[in-house]
Amino acid sequence: MPNMSMVKNEMPSQDPNVRNKNFLEVALGYTEEQALDEAARCLNCKTRNCVSGCPVQIQIPDFIKEVAAGNFEEAYQIISRSSSLPAVCGRVCPQESQCEGKCVRGIKGEPVAIGRLERFVADYHNAHSTEAAVKPESNGHKVAVIGSGPSGLTCAGDLAKKGYEVTVFEALHLAGGVLVYGIPEFRLPKAIVQKEIDGLKELGVKIETNMVIGKVLSIDELMEEYGFEAVFIGSGAGLPRFMNIPGENLKGVYSANEFLTRVNLMKAYKDDNTTPIQHAKKVAVVGGGNVAMDAARCAKRLGAEEVYIVYRRSEEELPARKEEVEHAKEEGIIFKLLTNPVEVLEGENGFVGAVKCQEMELGEPDASGRRRPVAKEGSEFEIPVDCVIMSIGTSPNPLIKSTTKGLETQKWGGIIVQEDTGLTSREGVYAGGDAVTGAATVILAMGAGKTAAKSIDEYLSSK
Amino acid sequence: MSRMYKIIKKTELNPTVTLMDVDAPLIAKKAEPGQFIILRVDEEGERIPLTIADFDREKGIVTIIFQIVGATTEKLNHLKEGEYIQDFVGPLGVPSHVEGLKKVAVVGGGVGCAIAYPIAKKLHNLGAQVHSIVGFRNKDLVILEEEFGKVSDKLVMMTDDGSHGTKGLVTDALKELIESGEKYDEVIAIGPLIMMKFVCALTKQYDIKTTVSMNPIMIDGTGMCGGCRLTVGGETKFACVDGPDFDGHLVDFDEAMERGATYKEFERKAHEEACNLFKKEVQ
Repeated sequence: MPNMSMVKNEMPSQDPNVRNKNFLEVALGYTEEQALDEAARCLNCKTRNCVSGCPVQIQIPDFIKEVAAGNFEEAYQIISRSSSLPAVCGRVCPQESQCEGKCVRGIKGEPVAIGRLERFVADYHNAHSTEAAVKPESNGHKVAVIGSGPSGLTCAGDLAKKGYEVTVFEALHLAGGVLVYGIPEFRLPKAIVQKEIDGLKELGVKIETNMVIGKVLSIDELMEEYGFEAVFIGSGAGLPRFMNIPGENLKGVYSANEFLTRVNLMKAYKDDNTTPIQHAKKVAVVGGGNVAMDAARCAKRLGAEEVYIVYRRSEEELPARKEEVEHAKEEGIIFKLLTNPVEVLEGENGFVGAVKCQEMELGEPDASGRRRPVAKEGSEFEIPVDCVIMSIGTSPNPLIKSTTKGLETQKWGGIIVQEDTGLTSREGVYAGGDAVTGAATVILAMGAGKTAAKSIDEYLSSK
Repeated sequence: MSRMYKIIKKTELNPTVTLMDVDAPLIAKKAEPGQFIILRVDEEGERIPLTIADFDREKGIVTIIFQIVGATTEKLNHLKEGEYIQDFVGPLGVPSHVEGLKKVAVVGGGVGCAIAYPIAKKLHNLGAQVHSIVGFRNKDLVILEEEFGKVSDKLVMMTDDGSHGTKGLVTDALKELIESGEKYDEVIAIGPLIMMKFVCALTKQYDIKTTVSMNPIMIDGTGMCGGCRLTVGGETKFACVDGPDFDGHLVDFDEAMERGATYKEFERKAHEEACNLFKKEVQ
């Protein structure tokens, strides 16, 4: 008999007023009892709308059925057939617009907490599994993967399991891409990312850090001099955008990338760390995506008294995961919606003193289908702040494009690929993730890594 | 491919400036004057950019010269020959454009001379006439005098207090040379921001193209953080990928000086703490 409760089992979480002062994980995860109870809410319906909502088609009702029966390891095996990073995706996927958005239970009441169950299953596996990954016998083919974010790690893992000799090239000193420099510890503990990377190493994947492809070595050199027969480009969308408004170069104005990199990758949040970071008292984060929420919540945790999210559309259009918005509100982040900055004003000694904003209203829908914000005349006002964090999106880094002959890209920088294979305009060179789509989600990048791995396998085994 | 980066040679050029030859063959193979590397001294260290002072492609060596100004350079200076630097990545940035120049004034100030030297050397090797004007606070801080001498058709040494060479600023010497009728295709100025600002103000009067090398605060060096942004000709540029060389007549130096001081207080404290730590180790 299914559990007909209209609401999800609540996620045990740290108290908002405790967690907004530490960097420990916010959501604590279901207990076994909660997981069993939640899994019983799944009707195991025939249409499987949830599966069609999942970018990598995890067989959701099947894994939930195993959870309901208490077979947690079996549930993990079902998920891992489709997903390479379940512990990550269970935490960072926008489930409300994917699997859970299509769940029948969501029509009257709340959908099944698919994301929370995925996380439970992955954490259970990580805590209980003792078997080390077995390195498969090499098939003699060498593949290079550029970038160690979600698409690169997925592509590397899938190919290594098939016996390819995979080397991952990472530009920074630590592997993980956005999972380590971008998403904060309190949302995705770095130990989880490290475990995924260690798993790849057990499969024989080599990870080369400090390798900026396009500078240290080019793709042509990798293929001609180092014997890589195929290359996957998963270099992400790392280039921050600014608003080009006056005052944006004042001290105390950061890109979200810089702020988050200082906090997460460079560990500025730790007391004994020497990475410089401004401990601002009043912070305005411009933007409404997950990155904006992460930056705002990091600023709060670093001791800011007032942290604002300044977003030009309304709450409905906020691109961030719903859960992140709720968490941010609980932690005391102040939302200034329908508000757009027009100038950053100087305070003392060249530091930011305030951000001048305009009130906005929503007009006709634009190309993205969202209603276009229009400025209200004469509505300017100032928010006194000593730090402004720009979180208005990123574009792909031009480094690889400019150093790889014959690699075609879109005008805005995205690498052009065949959608069903990930193949670029260069033979043997594949691409996926944000480097192709522009800033998107972990799960989409992972899906693209899987697609490319499959194509690379077909390409090299028919060669 | 990647591994720890061994310090092959370490030389104290003066009490606050150190030279290190680092084993980094992949970087040495590609390095060009004007480019930089980013290093981390140890597992917990911050990332700092340092311009490549020299390189030997055959031996696989990259030379860095750094001034001890903060906690990281203090820690770096405590490494000995045969020890390793944790991370060392490059060559980053766009190489200096020196091809086709016939007569150039290379102006170096303080530790900036370490960056100016490889450019002077390359110009010399390409057959250009090189006039080097180098300035230091006093004779104890002079570096690379002999090296500059070898690659310069004319070398002018300036010190603030006159304890070595001529007393005065590099701008005084440059002005004198220009006034005496020397015609330069280009002036390349590398040193403290304030020096580059005044060199540019001077050359603007004579309408001589001037290139400067900017060294702002930086994290990744690949265009990811935007911390190194500058205003050049009214546009925002990233020093790490668009530079570090820029047209000096277009750079907003006042803004660059402000931004460079963002963490001044933080750096001072961190440096003091690092020094105290090393002192304790000695005791």
